[in-house]
Amino acid sequence: MRDPKTGERGAAASTAPRPSLLRRTGRALAPLPWLAPSLALIATVVLWPVIEMVRTSLQKISSSGVTLGYRGGGNYTDLFGEDDLVPVVLRTLLWVAGVVVITMVLSLALGQLLNARFPGRRVVRWAVIVPWAASVLMTALIWKWMLDNYSGLVNRVLLDLHVIDEPVNWLAHPGQAMLWMMWVAVFVSLPFTSFVILAGLQTIPADVYEAARVDGAGSVRTYFAITLPLLRPAVLIASIINVINVFNSFPIIWAMTGGGPGSKTDTTTTFMYKLAFYDQNVGESGAMAVVNFALILVMVLLYLRAARWREEVR
Amino acid sequence: MTRRIVLTGVGWLVALAFLLPYLQMFVTALKPERELTRSPGTYLPSHWTWSNFTDVWSAAPVWTYMRVSLTVAAAATLVTLACAMPAAYYTARNRFRGRGAFLLLVLVTQMFAPTALVIGIYREMVALDLTDTLLSLILVNAAFNLPFCIWILHGYFSSIPKELEEAAFLDGAGRVRALTRVTLPISMPGVVTAIVYTFIAAWNEYIVALTVTASPDRRPLTVGIPSFVTQYQAHWQYLFATSLIAIIPVVVLFVFIERYLIGGLTAGSVK
Repeated sequence: MRDPKTGERGAAASTAPRPSLLRRTGRALAPLPWLAPSLALIATVVLWPVIEMVRTSLQKISSSGVTLGYRGGGNYTDLFGEDDLVPVVLRTLLWVAGVVVITMVLSLALGQLLNARFPGRRVVRWAVIVPWAASVLMTALIWKWMLDNYSGLVNRVLLDLHVIDEPVNWLAHPGQAMLWMMWVAVFVSLPFTSFVILAGLQTIPADVYEAARVDGAGSVRTYFAITLPLLRPAVLIASIINVINVFNSFPIIWAMTGGGPGSKTDTTTTFMYKLAFYDQNVGESGAMAVVNFALILVMVLLYLRAARWREEVR
Repeated sequence: MTRRIVLTGVGWLVALAFLLPYLQMFVTALKPERELTRSPGTYLPSHWTWSNFTDVWSAAPVWTYMRVSLTVAAAATLVTLACAMPAAYYTARNRFRGRGAFLLLVLVTQMFAPTALVIGIYREMVALDLTDTLLSLILVNAAFNLPFCIWILHGYFSSIPKELEEAAFLDGAGRVRALTRVTLPISMPGVVTAIVYTFIAAWNEYIVALTVTASPDRRPLTVGIPSFVTQYQAHWQYLFATSLIAIIPVVVLFVFIERYLIGGLTAGSVK
């Protein structure tokens, strides 16, 4: 990455008398004490596993975890031979797209609500925070309990309202289970995205709205012509972080259906986990992890493009 | 006026919708066990079994789970802060060769989650002989929350005028002194946001703890609590009683920083 500001500085330095090699090395190393702890932590705990993951995907590993040697692309051939792979990947993409779109639309509305003035706004903000503070796993477990086919609250309410005649085993049918789990994913995503939108709304200066009012714009017009365009950075950040989180929302599926029945509600992350720790096929699981990681990298690149877009705007 | 009434009504409905699952958690935690198999289920407990909240402590090593969660979350927060603060401060104040590359690295690692790398993390911990240790959980939680903290703090430090520190330099203070005496106190909202964010993320982390730990006395709450409901037993009332014990302190923390949180997000990511 080229930074235009450092470029300028380099040019200025070259006209000055050339400092000694020692001083230049000293200057180059000056940031190190400040950055070294972060660099060390990122290198050992984030980058090492990336390398380890790629290595694993190329190795033959016994069920007890002992490396038996290099296996080339064998794990990938096995993985692409799995009948479940294509449905799992397609389901993952559908899961991410569905959850993120619904979450973003709802958070735009929620952000407005949390930004408006009304009695008890603080309390409403606190209530909206709760699913963020509570662990995703425990939220998923309470929803699983509410969807219980015998004693669950959902069946009880629907029976009392005469919407259904007999209790439904919601999580036993893949289609229904997916829809309920997507709802839970939206529920746990809303706090973060809504707060980012709210933060974005608070960066919009009041005089912009005043100018719009003077020009005679109605509230709908003002929203689409002024609020939404100015919210673009916030929407961008919220949706990309949301995409990554939803992609990785393992606990919801793990707690509610375990990816079952069979692998009918698996996404790439639960599928990967099952391959490693249920089928004891660590090598193939490594291959799945690499494929999954490639999908995430594509999104990172999209994010970086978006980030550059932000710099241009600034 | 009508707008205000509608907003208030909608607001309270939204609040209720967000709290409903946790109210259900509370109600279920107070039901006697035999009532949990009744079909259809009851809305309220027939007998308010407050003793569930005391019984959980002997039904499972809840105290151990809690100690593990506390140790991991507190240590991870300390490590994250110790690494993030100098890095965020230096990059906010100085332009140097490699600054862009460092910020890019932080941005990229922010996009990774432990879930995506769990196989790699597991293999690394096996290689380092760190499986089934709290150190592995501390390191993983610290590393994966570091990017967000650097980002938030970088935003805060950048927004503080350099002149304030220069005045401190003139008074004979060094860089570290200027940081601790001038910049840090003004950036408290950012620091608090970073602390609470990391603590909660580590407190709620699940997949790495599930994968890396094996011994009962090294399991955090997230891994320990679901064991109340297995194929052999179904103590939902204990599961939710313990869940509430784990959730409430965290919610209180979050409510406490709500005001800072919006400021932190504004300075750190949205601007």
